[in-house]
Amino acid sequence: MTEYNFAYLDEQTKRMIRRAILKGLAIPGYQVPFASREMPMPYGWGTGGVQVSAAVLTPKDTFKVIDQGADDTTNAVSIRTFFQRTAGVATTTATSDATVIQTRHRIPEEPLHEGQILVYQVPIPEPLRFLEPRESETRKMHSLEEYGLMHVKLYEDISRHGHIATSYAYPVKVEGRYVMDPSPIPKFDNPKLGDMAAIQLFGAGREQRIYALPPYTQVVSLDFEDHPFEASKADHPCGMCGATDSYLDELIIDDAGGRMFVCSDTDYCEARQATGHKGKDAA
Amino acid sequence: MQANTLSGGFADPATQSAHAFRSVMEAMARPGTIQDIEGAAPPAPLSPAMGAVLLTLCDTETPIYLAGDMDCEAARAWLAFHTGAPFVGPAQCMFAVGKWDALAPLAVYPIGTSEYPDRSATLIVECSELAAGATLTGPGIKDQATLSLPEVEAFQANRTQFPLGLDFIFTCGERLAALPRSTEVSRSSSEAIAQVGAS
Repeated sequence: MTEYNFAYLDEQTKRMIRRAILKGLAIPGYQVPFASREMPMPYGWGTGGVQVSAAVLTPKDTFKVIDQGADDTTNAVSIRTFFQRTAGVATTTATSDATVIQTRHRIPEEPLHEGQILVYQVPIPEPLRFLEPRESETRKMHSLEEYGLMHVKLYEDISRHGHIATSYAYPVKVEGRYVMDPSPIPKFDNPKLGDMAAIQLFGAGREQRIYALPPYTQVVSLDFEDHPFEASKADHPCGMCGATDSYLDELIIDDAGGRMFVCSDTDYCEARQATGHKGKDAA
Repeated sequence: MQANTLSGGFADPATQSAHAFRSVMEAMARPGTIQDIEGAAPPAPLSPAMGAVLLTLCDTETPIYLAGDMDCEAARAWLAFHTGAPFVGPAQCMFAVGKWDALAPLAVYPIGTSEYPDRSATLIVECSELAAGATLTGPGIKDQATLSLPEVEAFQANRTQFPLGLDFIFTCGERLAALPRSTEVSRSSSEAIAQVGAS
């Protein structure tokens, strides 16, 4: 523990990140630039989320990390261990026991409560980036609320596929002002973004941006009157716990094209199995 | 004097500033809630809450404006030693510190630019009390909240500039509350209900 400052980062860096978080909370959905640091992991492994977590953690916190809903993947395990070692925080896999949850690409199935903080790892924070590569232009578009291009993109989806084919990182509008990238969560999770009791913080390390959603913020997924937003998931029950209301991963289980669907949220699935729920593929 | 200047900082900066920041963040994320904050013992006229907020957020990169009574030798020396922050006028500051009347007029503080609305001042206002008062609605607030504010009109005018504007932290003793630019303020609960009905 003595080898590192509490939570790895030095105090001046934490102050800089903390100031960015406060401005992010004051301007929901706006991307605050911050001086992202080199972290002891490569970009793309959650350096933004890790820096935000380091700035908000206290020794009293209980920390949970999920990667695509799972607590037991390499990314989740290594980040959890990182803060166990550098901040000495307690860790958990139970969603309801955690006070700070760092996530890659999912929102837990279990509704979050007040007092919890959800920290997202964000690869590309700019929702307009693939439509307009120049930062100077996208910044101007946000300042002028010029979001027509995003609607054109969704419209092109409809003209090509017959429906809005964007299935993850589905753009949202925050409090009627900023269009925001919710990070690559499946659009199944989009309805959970708004009116959430927990504080949501987004960190993009390589792109050097932090943004935030205070609790109970209005978040609307962009859509059209005749093509309303639809939160979709695979049309199956979970093979392990039988849940019909959770987001599912599709697993190929043999060479004959056999497959099964299981909850992507491992904690949700395990908790259901522990209370006796059983799916058709459960052993 | 000298001893007073050197003492009163965080004894354990990493963990105490982490706890203090969580109080500030909870206050900013949930306008109207009153949070406890501790760990600092600055000389008068700075309150313990004011001292803790400044130690948590300020350093050599954050110009501070000390307004009215706060601009005294004791406060300057303490902040210079513990934060190293430069002291500037209201138009250049990132943080302004003072009582409400001393901080006026609000028009001189930076409110950010349309491309960088985050480049705006945060005003840390020392209050004689923190209690229920004006009605608040907006992000961070389920239905509505209430907070004693020094006045209402200034915050309503600030809200009309959104996404530009000033953010406020109110300190009193060892407690604080906050009011980001996104919050709608109205005088009483009946007025707020009339507003919701009309829209």
